[in-house]
Amino acid sequence: MTVYFMCAVLLMMGLYCLVAKKNIVKKIIGIVIMDYAVNLYLITIGYKNNGVAPIIEKTTSPELLERFVDPLPQALVLTSIVIGLGTLSLMVSMVIRLYEKHGTFDMSQISKLRG
Amino acid sequence: MENIAPQLYTLLVFMVIGSVVAVETKNLLSAVISVSAVGFALSVAFLFMGAPDIAITQLVVEVLVLIILIRGTILLDNTAVETHGDTLAVVASLIFFGLLLGFGAMIFGSTGFPEFGEPVMRVSRVYVQTGLPATHAANIVTSVILDFRAYDTLGEATVLFTSVIGALALLRKDGKVRREEVASA
Amino acid sequence: MKGMTIIVKTITDFVAAFIVVFGAYIVLYGHLTPGGGFAGGVIIACAFILLMLAHGREVAFARLPERAAHIMDSSGALAFLIIGWLGVTGGFFFLNVFGRGDMFRLLSSGMILPLNIAIAFKVGSSLFLVFAALAMFRRRSFRAMIEEELS
Repeated sequence: MTVYFMCAVLLMMGLYCLVAKKNIVKKIIGIVIMDYAVNLYLITIGYKNNGVAPIIEKTTSPELLERFVDPLPQALVLTSIVIGLGTLSLMVSMVIRLYEKHGTFDMSQISKLRG
Repeated sequence: MENIAPQLYTLLVFMVIGSVVAVETKNLLSAVISVSAVGFALSVAFLFMGAPDIAITQLVVEVLVLIILIRGTILLDNTAVETHGDTLAVVASLIFFGLLLGFGAMIFGSTGFPEFGEPVMRVSRVYVQTGLPATHAANIVTSVILDFRAYDTLGEATVLFTSVIGALALLRKDGKVRREEVASA
Repeated sequence: MKGMTIIVKTITDFVAAFIVVFGAYIVLYGHLTPGGGFAGGVIIACAFILLMLAHGREVAFARLPERAAHIMDSSGALAFLIIGWLGVTGGFFFLNVFGRGDMFRLLSSGMILPLNIAIAFKVGSSLFLVFAALAMFRRRSFRAMIEEELS
């Protein structure tokens, strides 16, 4: 229960950073933190007490099979992490374009310069 | 691993502190390094929770995130941007946090929130029981990604392809236009 | 002088090949041990990014030309789709029609191994391309800034 609450706190830190900060790089950092929080939450809901990694060996007994943690959230998070890297590179290239056009990372300056 | 709760709480406190530093520090370089520290702690937490696949991927991706953020943005400009006291943003975040907890209480209020370590999902039992006989892959996570749910992975590859093509198009367009202008001039 | 110091360059020359071999191991044994196409592809991309950081862009593009990286990026995604369509011959999309082989051997589990390799090519070359574009852009914009300062 407390684990889930701390995941929510982490998510809120990312959201606050995304909403309140004026620097665009800080906004990217907020999105990255939110990404981490969601991934951590998905893994924690799949964890099971005395759980082991879901990898079968030749000596694995059927009793050990019952102790495997949930493989489904792991599969989803594995793809989510790489998608996070792809979207991060897209965001960074957008920020670089904005910097080239306006010469600053300050969001309020960029908004003022419009038009 | 009998009881991983103490290690997990230590890592979680570390991650929250690291994210607070990353959000509140004035220097962009230390913010990026703090967010990378959060990512590495996340990798260790995955390792404790029986997810070595994700721990490896998170570790390697985190290195690339650090390199891309430093090389792509911080080297351009590292001046601090002053944020004046924006109470609206704080209030908005707190409202979102309250809504999040409220929805959690609404959904799980009658049944009680599931305790950590006692998963409520039962669908994965099928994957664990039939993964090895059906696919002959010893790593159940890989058999879920690339056999049972390969269609998901195709969609993921499409998203990654699109984002990479978008980044390349954003970064390349200017150079090609200039080259054509030079050729025509 | 391009790139970093001679110490970094020498150690990079020693280490880069081993990183590629480790990434290939992670990819090929993804269905038996922790790892897989995503992690292995990112590791292989890291080897070339290390070359680019240490030596500069020309040396990294001499090892892996930009055009070849583009072709590998697209053909990896295409190979993923083609392997999926091969399943239609057996009944439906992404059906595992290949022979499954013996358990716990390298050549087993049907289409999982080729799919892992396709994903590794796709992820690795696309991340390498993005990083190359970012690094190149920085150099170009810096040169433009310097010319502006001088004029």
